Amino acid sequence: MLLGRTANGLYWMNRYIERAENMARLVDAGLRMALTRTQNASEEWNSVLLSAGSDAAFTQKYSDYTAANVADFLLRDTSNPSSTMTSIETARNNARMVRTALTRETWESINEAWMSLKRMLAKPIDERDLPSVLDAIKRETALIRGSFYGTMLRNEIFDFSQLGTYVERADNTARILDVKYYVLLPSIAWVGSTLDNYQWESILRSVSAHRSYRWVYEADYKPTNIADYLILNVRMPRSLTFCYRFLTEHLKFLGDDYGERHACHVTAGNTQAMLAAGSIKDIFDAGLHEFLANFIRDNIRLGDEIAQDYRFY
Amino acid sequence: MAAFDEMLPEISGLRKPYSAYDRWLKEQDPARLTEKMQDAERVFRKTGITFAVYGEQEASERLIPFDIVPRIISGNEWRRLTQGIEQRVQALNAFLDDIYHRQEILRAGRVPKELIARNEAFLPEMIGVRPPAGVYTHIIGVDIVRISENEFYVLEDNARTPSGVSYMLENRETMMQLFPELFQQIKVRPVENYPQLLRQSLAAVRPQGTKGAPTIAVLTPGSFNSAYFEHAFLADQMGVQLVEGQDLRVVDGHVAMRTTEGYKQIDVLYRRVDDSFLDPLTFRPDSALGVPGIMDVYRAGNITIANAPGTGIADDKAIYSYMPEIVEFYTGRKAILGNIPTWRCSEPDSLKYVLEHIDELVVKEVHGSGGYGMLVGPAATKKECEDFSKKLAARPSNYIAQPTLALSTCPILTDKGLAPRHVDLRPYVLVSDRIQIVPGGLTRVALKEGSLVVNSSQGGGTKDTWVLDD
Repeated sequence: MLLGRTANGLYWMNRYIERAENMARLVDAGLRMALTRTQNASEEWNSVLLSAGSDAAFTQKYSDYTAANVADFLLRDTSNPSSTMTSIETARNNARMVRTALTRETWESINEAWMSLKRMLAKPIDERDLPSVLDAIKRETALIRGSFYGTMLRNEIFDFSQLGTYVERADNTARILDVKYYVLLPSIAWVGSTLDNYQWESILRSVSAHRSYRWVYEADYKPTNIADYLILNVRMPRSLTFCYRFLTEHLKFLGDDYGERHACHVTAGNTQAMLAAGSIKDIFDAGLHEFLANFIRDNIRLGDEIAQDYRFY
Repeated sequence: MAAFDEMLPEISGLRKPYSAYDRWLKEQDPARLTEKMQDAERVFRKTGITFAVYGEQEASERLIPFDIVPRIISGNEWRRLTQGIEQRVQALNAFLDDIYHRQEILRAGRVPKELIARNEAFLPEMIGVRPPAGVYTHIIGVDIVRISENEFYVLEDNARTPSGVSYMLENRETMMQLFPELFQQIKVRPVENYPQLLRQSLAAVRPQGTKGAPTIAVLTPGSFNSAYFEHAFLADQMGVQLVEGQDLRVVDGHVAMRTTEGYKQIDVLYRRVDDSFLDPLTFRPDSALGVPGIMDVYRAGNITIANAPGTGIADDKAIYSYMPEIVEFYTGRKAILGNIPTWRCSEPDSLKYVLEHIDELVVKEVHGSGGYGMLVGPAATKKECEDFSKKLAARPSNYIAQPTLALSTCPILTDKGLAPRHVDLRPYVLVSDRIQIVPGGLTRVALKEGSLVVNSSQGGGTKDTWVLDD
């Protein structure tokens, strides 16, 4: 038996852990672009902010898209509700609230991540330290994930946590693709300029997939392959299909456990079936941007339905 | 004023309960002990054993300092203490039952009527209500001070929602991690089964109509409460749900919690929310921490609330001074554990005395707790005494005063080795169909040299408390 409020806390705790890490990864990709290309760096940082869903809030505060401004806003600004610092703090507040549902190891890893990031992000980051700060963020969230997977019982507590992780991750991957969808369109695939290559690598880098891509596809970046990898690949842990495989699986566990299926089961099932039947060619033919916009909308709806069906409030 | 040291009294030398510990201590390298002290702090910080200090913005989460020298009580001393505590706890429950029913003690003139009638801690809503199993105060933390080899006094009866038991448990856990060899050499009675005892005790006082095993839950005001760590800890250790007011509502005449599968009935609620917040329909209408209608369910006998609403009348500081009479009235015997002599400032003669001797006395607010709003005369400046006198003269019935006792001391580890500091003791008592006292308790220690205030909110620390199995 699980309180609706506890399920809610677990769900958001994991969404925010995922978000804290995603922010670091986006800044990492942006930094790489800015280092390799001197022109149009501000356009790249703009893309990073769009992917993070934080562009509007950023422009209220800053007029220049510089590495220092964006990194500060996305990593340590506590007025930004999605910054790494805010996210880890919100994750920890949720963890504190659902403490009785967590193993000691999991709670301690979250508490320690919060303590160490709070210390590290207390002062503005020197640009020279940025890479090591990004590494530290990824390391802390990896430690949380490690203790979570290593110690938690596979029960409803685990299921609600995973739902949070994968709803957030699917949203993140879809947004990254949508911000850059135009560089993936086949019409410019034939050009294959150096510029495009950087863009493509940046997309892969922002989901930590620039190396694994080569294990699956040929060494050259091809936009259709990149889209295929991030949308349809079953094994790539940040692809939309991968996320929905686990979302439907955990929802099925909950449905079996409680002996009841809800609206969220139908929504997740439909998206999963659509991804399973689709080919990357169909997606491009129907329009990549439309596909992603629909996906993001349905994914948000799934989150709302989960909250309602399992009495989060 | 020389205080009695529980380890090394000036006159007689090392006391027996400490002899084995002292032998071990003499073999230790001081540097290693300092290191252990730091280890202990890391353990507490990492596990998030923190408390919030009200009125301090920055340090919203702080650690209670922990001292690694245990406070040791012999088996014999403990037996004497428990007899006194049992008697007192029986009297507290009998007093509550009487005060909410026939009020014999008022008719007999042993406690003045006005003290009850005009007391905010007395809940008229509880008149005529008999809680399940007839128990009012299920969990009690009796604060005890010692001033010599054989003199123990009760400082306060915490009969509402005493806190600190998680520190008793974590302190022991930490000591066993830091010094496993000590526990092999010295036989210390275990305290670890407190959560199981608490659970059994709560189950034993379930409502009569409960079918099957009762569903128990801990009600917390939420994660921003100063004692939230303890609420979560106890729920976790007992294996029961930790609920907030927003999780609960009255469904079909029972209190139920919102789960992922719908509403589930609760039979026993261990609440860590104050009376006035418990039910917005009965008490404070602006309370978001309680459950609308829970008092109706309670009066219908469909839920056990531990501790019962209205138990505060028994540990009220104005009532405290009558405890010797109360104990004798209900148990027919003289109180085994004494009270500290107390001046009730509501009485003109007492007020006069207190005002004249304020620099020698401890003056407390009748309804205050946690060491807030009190004056320790000998430690206060002349100006502080004068300011306090004005407050006192303006509202005398709001205050009581007690002599500054030479609380016993116990050594703590400092940079310069062992140094004596004043301590008190809060053993935890569970009441159901029987009374159980866990052998140990929370020893609070004033870390500042000479200070008598042991409250954690005022810079006090804690120690592991050993009751020897001898």
